[in-house]
Amino acid sequence: MATPNTPLWEVFIRSRNGLAHKHCGSLHASDATMALQAARDIYTRRGEGLSIWVVPSNAITASDPSEKGMMFEPAESKIYRHPTFYDVPDEVGHM
Amino acid sequence: MAAPSIKVSETPLVLYALRRADDALILGHRLSEWCGHAPALEEDMALANIALDLLGQARTLYSYAAEVEGKGNDEDKFAYLRDVRQYRNLLLAEQPNSDFAHTLVRQFFYSAFADLYWRAMMQSRNPTLAAIAAKSEKESAYHLRHSSEWVIRLGDGTEESHRRTQAAIDDLWAFTGEMFEVDEAERGLIDAGIAVDPATLKPHWLKTVAGIAAEATLALPKSDWMQQGGRHGRHSEHLGHLLSELQSMQRTFPGAAW
Amino acid sequence: MYTQALNTSDGDDRNIEDAARAAAFQARVDAEERIEPNDWMPAAYRKTLTRQISQHAHSEIVGMLPEGNWITRAPSLRRKVALLAKVQDECGHGLYLYAAAETLGTSREELVDAMLAGKAKYSSIFNYPTLTWADIGTIGWLVDGAAIMNQIPLCRCSYGPYARAMIRVCKEESFHQRQGFEIMLKLSRGTDDQKAMAQDALNRWWWPVLMMFGPPDKVSQHSDTSTKWRIKRFSNDELRQKFVDATVPQAHFLGLTIPDPGMKQDEAGRWIHSPIDWNEFNQVLAGNGPCNRDRMAARRKAHDEGAWVREAAAAYAEKRARRQTAQAAE
Repeated sequence: MATPNTPLWEVFIRSRNGLAHKHCGSLHASDATMALQAARDIYTRRGEGLSIWVVPSNAITASDPSEKGMMFEPAESKIYRHPTFYDVPDEVGHM
Repeated sequence: MAAPSIKVSETPLVLYALRRADDALILGHRLSEWCGHAPALEEDMALANIALDLLGQARTLYSYAAEVEGKGNDEDKFAYLRDVRQYRNLLLAEQPNSDFAHTLVRQFFYSAFADLYWRAMMQSRNPTLAAIAAKSEKESAYHLRHSSEWVIRLGDGTEESHRRTQAAIDDLWAFTGEMFEVDEAERGLIDAGIAVDPATLKPHWLKTVAGIAAEATLALPKSDWMQQGGRHGRHSEHLGHLLSELQSMQRTFPGAAW
Repeated sequence: MYTQALNTSDGDDRNIEDAARAAAFQARVDAEERIEPNDWMPAAYRKTLTRQISQHAHSEIVGMLPEGNWITRAPSLRRKVALLAKVQDECGHGLYLYAAAETLGTSREELVDAMLAGKAKYSSIFNYPTLTWADIGTIGWLVDGAAIMNQIPLCRCSYGPYARAMIRVCKEESFHQRQGFEIMLKLSRGTDDQKAMAQDALNRWWWPVLMMFGPPDKVSQHSDTSTKWRIKRFSNDELRQKFVDATVPQAHFLGLTIPDPGMKQDEAGRWIHSPIDWNEFNQVLAGNGPCNRDRMAARRKAHDEGAWVREAAAAYAEKRARRQTAQAAE
């Protein structure tokens, strides 16, 4: 019996006063409180953080130019194609 | 030929520092046993962070004890060359990790106390101890938050996690009383404004613990019978095995530098 | 070394893909542009990177075990703290790398399941036991030394998330190798027992470390696309030779003997080692090293025994979400 996948969160850290938050990676946590704690434990161990933002990865909308110099429709997408970002109806089974 | 144990001049201030140092070392050592084996990688990081904080506290306190004692001892002599009967940690700290619930409940009980204790110690008339307290309090505040969140999730998670966490509370409850004990050696320091009377912290500690337990849908035991002895070197059987492992290199290779 | 067990033929040439897009992709790579998660990429690029990055991640996590074996017995508080911090760093590196691998479309759970099922590999070196404290020094000095040699070029690899993860890793790596070397230095200036301990550790770890760099170039078949796609910047033999040339003088400084009586210096000053026993390497990769079973058992145990904890966290999150929805409705 497989545990459901633990949700994925993207982490943004403001490391010094005056700077903007910078994306530094992702982590798995069951809820926002645990995500913040995990972000502190993983990404600010060497005193790197004044302020931490955690965002569920699938809540982020992205617009990425796919090829430089080629025409593109500014399409809204997810930040990457993660298997948990797309809901599959239960009847379809494990995918 | 094995390295024999050192002798320690346990004047009140030395004894005081050794007690807190031993708490931090033994608890930190226990947490370090999880390294590479935690339920999730994120938790491996968290437990290691807490362990590192505690080991750091231990080292500072041992160094202070050595300075006060003035007999040429140091952090490693205290940690590696005192036997079970010379160790002064709380019984709670040496209890085995058992499962994740036991580890987190043990951490919760201890951190709820340590957070209050170090905050009060920031007013110590002893500037060194006050400074140690200021640093340790920040760390304990985070340890308390982390372990509280886990106790809530384990208590109010699944049936299995609830059962295991209730069992952990029932198993560890009898070790919580020792945190609030005072003896003659410490009474003098308390009267001099150097140490804090831990008994005064008990009501607040109970309130914190009861609040989290309620949110976690867990029950606190009614019994008020408490285990004692760690502060005086009368430990559980667990400490001997722990120290065998911790001290093995220094005992086997007397006088070597690492 | 994270590609030790990557097989050949990803079949990229046989895929029917837009030739123009593939050419545009290659032009970007050649121009040292970074490929990001939502950019078009050949299916084979995605596949090979997913394998390489995840195997690198698995290696960091399994690598916690041989060193973690000595945390409770570290011979001084300073060493204890340093070793715990180092092993924790490795856990963190594994986390950064899983995060990078996930941007390619496979979940961490799936990657870890593949490792626990024995389907995905990790670096061969971690299938050897740490028998003495000197092993800890040797691992820091040699294994981390070898890893650094591989990781610095990866900071410029073509895939953005992997390159950025490697930059983070390299920044933290600086104290690992120094710590290991310092341990060896202390031993080499210590008692006769300590000197013997150091030499014994080097004797046991030298050849497995050389094998870390993977099979010789003439045998290794997968390198072409990895090089073309700037995932692999130096060949196995190049890195191995670089490592040997850097390390032999260090061993001499420590007063230690490299366990290779046939090793000689050539006219260019390079240290030419004797032939490696690739039989041992193949056996270890196939699961028949001293510790493969123990390593896998330890990771499976952690995973299995942690299941109830992960389930509890998920159950609580669901309850909390339902309560919040119910409250909002009031």
